[in-house]
Amino acid sequence: MDVPVSYYVVLSGIVFSIGLVGVLIRRNIIIILLSVELMLNATNINFVAFSSYLGNLSGQVFVFFALTVAAAEVAVGLAIIIALYRHSASINIDDFRLLKW
Amino acid sequence: METFVFFYFASIIVVTAGLVVALKNPVYSALALLVMFFHVAGLFVTLHAEFLAIIQILVYAGAILVLYLFVVMLLNLKREEHFHSQFIVGLFLGCVLFGEAVLLVMKGEATLGSNRAASAAPTELTQGNTESIGELLFSTYLFPFEVASLILLVAMVGAVILTKKGILEVKS
Repeated sequence: MDVPVSYYVVLSGIVFSIGLVGVLIRRNIIIILLSVELMLNATNINFVAFSSYLGNLSGQVFVFFALTVAAAEVAVGLAIIIALYRHSASINIDDFRLLKW
Repeated sequence: METFVFFYFASIIVVTAGLVVALKNPVYSALALLVMFFHVAGLFVTLHAEFLAIIQILVYAGAILVLYLFVVMLLNLKREEHFHSQFIVGLFLGCVLFGEAVLLVMKGEATLGSNRAASAAPTELTQGNTESIGELLFSTYLFPFEVASLILLVAMVGAVILTKKGILEVKS
């Protein structure tokens, strides 16, 4: 492998940071869920890079599990968004402060 | 050559990830994420994880993103004009976290090299990537595999309960 593994780690660090910033600065709940997907993908890149680097396939199996969790998260997250939209006709995160003291 | 391919995929991934966060229209954000998923799959192919590359395209681009687009169309969203008021704090926090990650990578590179030398003798690829993963999944990781199926079942039931009208109202 020509490309050093640290390049992959830095790439996934960049993508993870972008996802984190997205969660913090956007107000649309759908975009926030998309940013969570970005962060999950960043960890997947890391897993696969190290799996290839160390010659161990366990990393790729864990990407498989991360994918399962991502699919479940999307199903439940979008169901919650639809329920919220039905409840108050908005998906702006600032409109939901029921639990805020 | 490999380095060039890596930098092509990496630059597209970073640019489209930025677009996902920066674009105002949710549909455009989802489409930028689609391009990013395809390039991550390409990166997986260069890392000899062909099975995961296909799964990435099938599950993420084929199922998850379609679901997102479906909901965006269903809710008929307006454009979002302003970012959150904690814009500066969020950006600062992201930069700090990224700097920390880079610092850790720089520090850890030396130990990583010695680790590689210790666990040399990479596994011989006598069979395909899919076969190897399948064997590992059904022997070493059999229990996590079953737990994953349970997670999917819970998610399915949860999605039905949350979206179906009338189930929650009857209870309260």
